[in-house]
Amino acid sequence: MSTDQVVPVASPASFAQFDPLRRVVNDFSIQVATVNGSGSQTANSVLMRAIFQMGIPVSGKNLFPSNIAGLPTWFTIRVSGDGYIGRRRDSEFFVAMNPETAQEDVMNLRPGAAIVYDEPLKLNGLRDDLHFYPVPFDKLVAPVCPEAKLRKLVRNMIYDGVVAWLLGIDFDEVHTALLKQFGARKAKAAEVNWNAVLAGRDYAGKNFTKSDPFVVERMDKTAGKIIIDGNTASALGCLFAGVTVLTWYPITPSSSLAESLVSYLAKYRIDKETGKATFAVVQAEDELAAIGMVIGASWAGARAMTCTSGPGISLMSEFVGFAYYTEIPAVIIDVQRVGPSTGLPTRTMQGDILKNAYLSHGDARHPVLFPSSPEECFAMAQQAFDLAERFQTPVFVNSDLDLGMNNWMADPFPYPEQPIRRGKVLSAEDLDRLGGFERYKDLDGDGVGYRTLPGTEHLAASYFTRGSGHNEKAQYSERPEDYVANMDRLAHKFEVMREHVPACEEQSRSGAEVGILCCGTSRDAAEESRDQLEREHGLRAGYLRVRAWPFPAAVSDFIDRHERVYVIDQNRDAQLFSLLKLDLTIERAAKLRSIRYYSGLPVDAQSLTDEIVKQEEL
Amino acid sequence: MSAAPPIAKKVNRLELEIASYRGGKSTLCAGCGHNAITERIIEAFWELGVEPWGVMKFSGIGCSAKTPAYFMNASFGLNAVHGRAPTVATGAKLANTTLPAIVVTGDGDTASIGIGHFMHMLRRNVPLVYVIENNGVYGLTKGQFSATADFGSKLKTGVVNDTQPVDCCLAAIEMGATFVARSFSGDKRQLSSILKAAIAHRGLAVVDVISPCVTFNDHEGSTRSYQYMKDHDEPVHEVDFIPSFIDIDIEFDEGTTHEVEMHDGSRIRLKKIGRDYDPTNALGVVQAIHESKASLEVLTGILYLDQDSPTLIDKLKMVEEPLATLPQERVRPSREALAQIMDEFR
Repeated sequence: MSTDQVVPVASPASFAQFDPLRRVVNDFSIQVATVNGSGSQTANSVLMRAIFQMGIPVSGKNLFPSNIAGLPTWFTIRVSGDGYIGRRRDSEFFVAMNPETAQEDVMNLRPGAAIVYDEPLKLNGLRDDLHFYPVPFDKLVAPVCPEAKLRKLVRNMIYDGVVAWLLGIDFDEVHTALLKQFGARKAKAAEVNWNAVLAGRDYAGKNFTKSDPFVVERMDKTAGKIIIDGNTASALGCLFAGVTVLTWYPITPSSSLAESLVSYLAKYRIDKETGKATFAVVQAEDELAAIGMVIGASWAGARAMTCTSGPGISLMSEFVGFAYYTEIPAVIIDVQRVGPSTGLPTRTMQGDILKNAYLSHGDARHPVLFPSSPEECFAMAQQAFDLAERFQTPVFVNSDLDLGMNNWMADPFPYPEQPIRRGKVLSAEDLDRLGGFERYKDLDGDGVGYRTLPGTEHLAASYFTRGSGHNEKAQYSERPEDYVANMDRLAHKFEVMREHVPACEEQSRSGAEVGILCCGTSRDAAEESRDQLEREHGLRAGYLRVRAWPFPAAVSDFIDRHERVYVIDQNRDAQLFSLLKLDLTIERAAKLRSIRYYSGLPVDAQSLTDEIVKQEEL
Repeated sequence: MSAAPPIAKKVNRLELEIASYRGGKSTLCAGCGHNAITERIIEAFWELGVEPWGVMKFSGIGCSAKTPAYFMNASFGLNAVHGRAPTVATGAKLANTTLPAIVVTGDGDTASIGIGHFMHMLRRNVPLVYVIENNGVYGLTKGQFSATADFGSKLKTGVVNDTQPVDCCLAAIEMGATFVARSFSGDKRQLSSILKAAIAHRGLAVVDVISPCVTFNDHEGSTRSYQYMKDHDEPVHEVDFIPSFIDIDIEFDEGTTHEVEMHDGSRIRLKKIGRDYDPTNALGVVQAIHESKASLEVLTGILYLDQDSPTLIDKLKMVEEPLATLPQERVRPSREALAQIMDEFR
């Protein structure tokens, strides 16, 4: 890339012309409508990153269909000086690149929105209450991209130039973002794409007078922050948790978690002296095999995990129940998505709350952690391993597609200060001292027995692992007393976990009658809705986010302090609400109200506010 | 009466009696082929002097799945769910590549509900001994046909099997298994030698053992009965196994006996009976098995052997020590590594 391309930093001259009171600064959403497979992801990432580099909080959401190419895709960048990063229901600044959806997209915009579009689509005749900016993309792309094959990809960078000019995004930042996106090894591609940005910028400068009110202005709210997707954050959590075995089967939206972890393992976990791997990764034949391998590996002493999504969880059901009864640790990261088979597999949902909580036939309960951010994906992956080994049981981490596959602003992850804890494992020396052991005997009162690992050199080390029918000595037993004692100990163990799982996040408001309770990625919309309720409706609401099941006692305390508690679910069947009702006293359960959002899109604040206002009859 | 002088008990090279390799009391039917296989497994591990606490035993569900509780109590056992024993065994081998593993399954486990896992375990060449206790029926659920039941075979109720069988040995060869044997639970000598060779093999050893079900499939019209096997068992060679720690050279006739040295230094001697049989020629083996079906023979012996293909563990290039023993500094990257990674996302 040559350095003699001078980049103008100033905003368009026309910016000064419009009334400062009309300006909407750092508070809008940009939405880009493209065709899946057209390579718009790079252009969108560059745009998002450039705004981020200007110190303005952003979040990006890719709403994409389940196909290889051809169906419509929307990428939304929310710009929020106030730091709201949940999805916004409406977008004010639209880029229409998809001829199939352009007309409908235009009709759906709210009055006053701005729209950049491909000139031949002639969208400006459809409405007279929008700001139209037609761009002849094909004419502009030909001179900057001689290679006809690449034009489909490069033309997307033209809208970056146009949008940056219209919004006042610093072109230095666009350039920096573009170089970061392409990396040093793709300098040639970066140059072609940068020329496309400039072509867009120059076209806008020559042809447009800015008439819409949307602008960005530099802030200092992103200093030190990173942009990362939840799946990469989870993968890093596993890496720093010291995972030693990963077995997985490809499935959207969790595949990128496994692939990310595989690449980090290859880079950071090869012994320098021997060149040997301190880990094993197997791409299994299905999810049954993936969880089976985790259980076998964990039983033999590895820190083992798998990652999957709802359909995979369904297949793992029997094995997870088996691990519960045999008390074998397992970490399962579930990047939740919408339902079975085809339909909406690339859309987000908190769909597996109840299923994971009780997955198995017969009686079973499993801890479920609910990360809401990349920081929590990183932290909870580590906590999941510690919990699984401390309590010798499968642990779920319920991420979701919105968190896992989208890019989020985050604070850099802290290095884990706690040592890796492997739980109660007896060595041959321990056995010499103790003279033997009983695998399922509760010696410490926490319901957790001591285990041994295959290969422990002692004739008393072994035990036989089998499903539900065993006594404290791990001997086969169908005696009712043995079965009941075992089940009661398992229930007790689960109760003990309540205060060992990640604590709730609580933000109380004094005198608030109403509480809002949510988990996972409902966080951003819930926090914003809470501000909306107070600002626009005078309703003060307390806020509690559960970060794990079994629910800690703080949940009951929170409910006791409020008259009504709205429980937010991103599913139709009110799964978090139902799980709370199963766990709470009848009096407390009676205070709960359910709010459900289940469109396949991440929940937005306005939808929550509208529903709470309706139920409160405000 | 004066007490008789103590009789010196027989011990193996670890100074352990065979009792140290025994398990719980079998709850299977008297005369079940599986009980004989259990005995041979005990003898094989004892005779080879394998450390019992180092052995991992796995099973799925079915009569066969109960047997790991009947051998080697000093070993670690994991009775998993139906058809999925290959998966837990694979996982355990990843965690600890130093320990020998044995999986005991049945024809329901291997050829029906878990056939996918069986195939993929073969593809991966997971280093373990995989025994199929093959009786052609589901015993625990009272005698339905399994997927290995021969075409035309008859149940006690008179129902005739009209579906083609899965031949586990053919499937194993096709999918890349590196040691494929078939034996008969009633052939003590052959099964014993085959099991010892399977334990010594460095890759996956599939041992398909015809093991008559005395309750549901030992009648006339069955092709898995004791009588049928007595009439149709056709050993392709006589198998002898000489462990690595026995260095006595017993002479053999090189014209009729072929000696194969294994990776651990032990030797298999295959003595010709009647036919020329080369277990390293996959095409020839497959042809011989197909021809034997036409002539209603059940070929037994070490049917196929490939000592060169890499195992799953070879391909993963893992550290040799058990993963559980790796200290924190070897599994958690440094503070600097995290800082470097974070910088990439700024």
